[in-house]
Amino acid sequence: MTHSKQHESDVLIDCQSVWKIFGARAKAAVDAVQRDGLSKTQILNEYDCVVGVSDASLQVRRGEIFCIMGLSGSGKSTLVRLLNRLIEPSLGRIMVKGKDISALNAAELRDMRARHIGMVFQSVALLPNRTVLENAAFGLEIRGVGKEERFKTARAALDKVGLSDWTGRYPSQLSGGMQQRVGLARAIAADPEIILMDEPFSALDPLIRRQLQDEFRQLTKSLGKSAVFITHDLEEAIRIGDRIAIMKDGVIVQVGDAEEIVTRPADDYVAEFVGGISRVHLVKAHSIMIPVAQYLSGPHTNIGALVRTTPEADIGALIDLTLQSGRDTIAVVDDGEVVGIVTTRALLGGVSGSQIATLAAA
Amino acid sequence: MNTDLIRFSPGAFLAPVVDWLNANFHPFFDLVTRIIETTLGALETILLILPAYAVIAIVVIFSGLLVNIRVSIVSGIALGFCFLSGLWEASMQTLVLVTVSVCISVVIAFPIGVLAARNRTFEAVIRPVLDVMQTVPPWVYLIPAVMIFSLGRVPAIIATIVYGIPPMLRLTTLAFQQVPKDLLELGQATGASPRSILFKIEIPSATPTLLVGLNQCILLSLAIVVLAGLVGAGGLGAEVTRGLTRMEMGLGLRAGLAIVALAILLDRLSRGALQQRDMTEIQ
Repeated sequence: MTHSKQHESDVLIDCQSVWKIFGARAKAAVDAVQRDGLSKTQILNEYDCVVGVSDASLQVRRGEIFCIMGLSGSGKSTLVRLLNRLIEPSLGRIMVKGKDISALNAAELRDMRARHIGMVFQSVALLPNRTVLENAAFGLEIRGVGKEERFKTARAALDKVGLSDWTGRYPSQLSGGMQQRVGLARAIAADPEIILMDEPFSALDPLIRRQLQDEFRQLTKSLGKSAVFITHDLEEAIRIGDRIAIMKDGVIVQVGDAEEIVTRPADDYVAEFVGGISRVHLVKAHSIMIPVAQYLSGPHTNIGALVRTTPEADIGALIDLTLQSGRDTIAVVDDGEVVGIVTTRALLGGVSGSQIATLAAA
Repeated sequence: MNTDLIRFSPGAFLAPVVDWLNANFHPFFDLVTRIIETTLGALETILLILPAYAVIAIVVIFSGLLVNIRVSIVSGIALGFCFLSGLWEASMQTLVLVTVSVCISVVIAFPIGVLAARNRTFEAVIRPVLDVMQTVPPWVYLIPAVMIFSLGRVPAIIATIVYGIPPMLRLTTLAFQQVPKDLLELGQATGASPRSILFKIEIPSATPTLLVGLNQCILLSLAIVVLAGLVGAGGLGAEVTRGLTRMEMGLGLRAGLAIVALAILLDRLSRGALQQRDMTEIQ
C-alpha cells in the first residue's frame, strides 16, 4: 500500500447502486428498472420477479464494523452475499479493495475470497467429520498452506477465541456458542481483511450472545479487521457496529452511527425500531444540549459556576454528574469554550427521545 | 380388426440389434469377456490357493483390527459355515463374482449419480431408465447377455451389474443432494475450487449415505449372482440350481444357507465401515 493510495484504499468495500432481482424473467425486469425505474411492486406484478436488493449503496471503511440490520426478508443476507459474489448482482458495481469483483474470473474470485474476504455463517457450517483444529485450518488448507503451518495458525486463532483446549474435539461435542467461536476462528485464521458475518449469533441464547458480541468487537478491533455484520437485532447492531445500515424490503433506509439512528431516525419504520432502545448510553451531550444564548435568555446569568462536561459525555454520565453535583444544569465545554447547556429537562427529553419537542416548548 | 398388427413387440426390434452387435462388435465383446474372466480367475485363485482356514483367519483378524470385534466374530461364523457345509469353493466363486460386479457397478454408478445430483434434467431423464432396470425381472437381462457373451460367468456379471447400478446410483444422487447447502456455501466463500469442494466437503458429507448405497448394491448383486447360476456362472447359484433340478432338499438348503452367510458377511463388513466412522465422530 503506497501513501498516495492511502485515501482510496480506506474504503474496502464500495457498493454502488446494486440491485438483485430474482426470478425467471429477472433479465427483463432489470432492463425495465434501468429504462423506466419501475418500483418493487411493479416488478413483482409485471415480471413476477422478486427484488432482493434495490439500489443499495454503501461503503465499508478500513477498520470499521459495519452492521446491516433488517428483519427477515429485508434482503440483508442477499446483500452480504453480493459482497463476495456468492450471488451475482443484477445491476450495479461492487468494488472490493479497489477491484470490481464482477470483472474477476473464477480463479481470481476464488483467490479474492480465500485471501481477502472471510465469512461466518449463522448455521456455523462446520465440517462434522473434522476436528475443531482441522475445521479452523480449513481456509488455509484450501489455500494450499502446508499442514504444520496451517495447524499452527489455526491453533493461534483458536487460542484467540478461547478454545485452545478443544482442538482435538469434533463439532458435535461443542455447544452452539463454542461452535460459532470455531467459525470465527476459521475466519480469522485465514487472515482476511474483511470478515462477512451473516447473523452469526442469532441462534445463540442471550447471555452467550452478549458475551460473543463483546468478544467479537474486541477481537476485530485488536486484529485491525473490517467486518460487515448482518443482524435482525438493532440492539446487537448498536453494541457491535461502528456504523449501521437499516434495510427494509431490499432498500437501505438509513446509514449512520448508533446515535444518529437513535436520535434522528430517517422514517417511521426506523423510528419504530429505535423506540425500544435504551438511549442512556447512546445519546451524547452534544445532541441534547441547548444553545448558551437560549439558556441565558432565561433567568440564569452565570455559566461560569456550572459543572462542566464534554460534548461526548452520554446521558448516563450526565445523570450521574447532575446527581453528584446537586445542581440542575451542566455546561458542555469543547476546547475550553462553553458550547451548550444541558438542563434536567433536556436530560429527561434525551432519555424519552422527545427532546426536540421539549426544546421547542422551552 | 387384426390386433396382431398393432401388438407391441420390442423383442422384434431388439433381437436384430443384439444380432448386429454380435456380428459387428465381436472382438470388443471378446475382449470384455477376456478381461472379466482373467480378473475373476485371478481373484478366485488367490482365495482358493490358500487353505480355507487361512482365509477365514485373515478375514477374522483384519475385520477385528479394522472394524470391530463383533463384525470379526460374525465374519468368522459366516465363513466357517461356508467351509463346514462343504461349499467353500462355490462360496468363494460367488464372493468373487459379487465383489467384481459390485466394483464395476460402483465405478459406473458413482459418477453418473453425482451428475444426476447436479443436473435436474439429467436426473429426470435417467430416473425412468433406472426404474426399468430395477423392475424388469433379472433373468430377462440374462437373455441378451448370454446371446452376446455366451454362457458362463461373464453374462452373469453383466446382468448383476445392470441390477446393481440403480441402488448405488440413486443413493449417490440422494447423498449428494443431501449435502448441507451451508457447507457448499462455506466452500465457495472460502474460495475452494470445485474439485476441493467435491473431495473435502461433498464426499465426506455424503459418505454415510454412499455406504448405504454400497450396502444395497452388494446385497442386490448377491441375489442376482445366485440367479445367474442358471446360465452357468458356477458358484452357489449352480449348487442351488442343481439342488432344484435333482430335487435334493439337503443340497439346496445348504447352498441357500451359504448364500445367507455370504450376505451377512458382506453386509456386516460394509456396514461396519459405516459404524466405525460414526464412532470416530463420537470419540
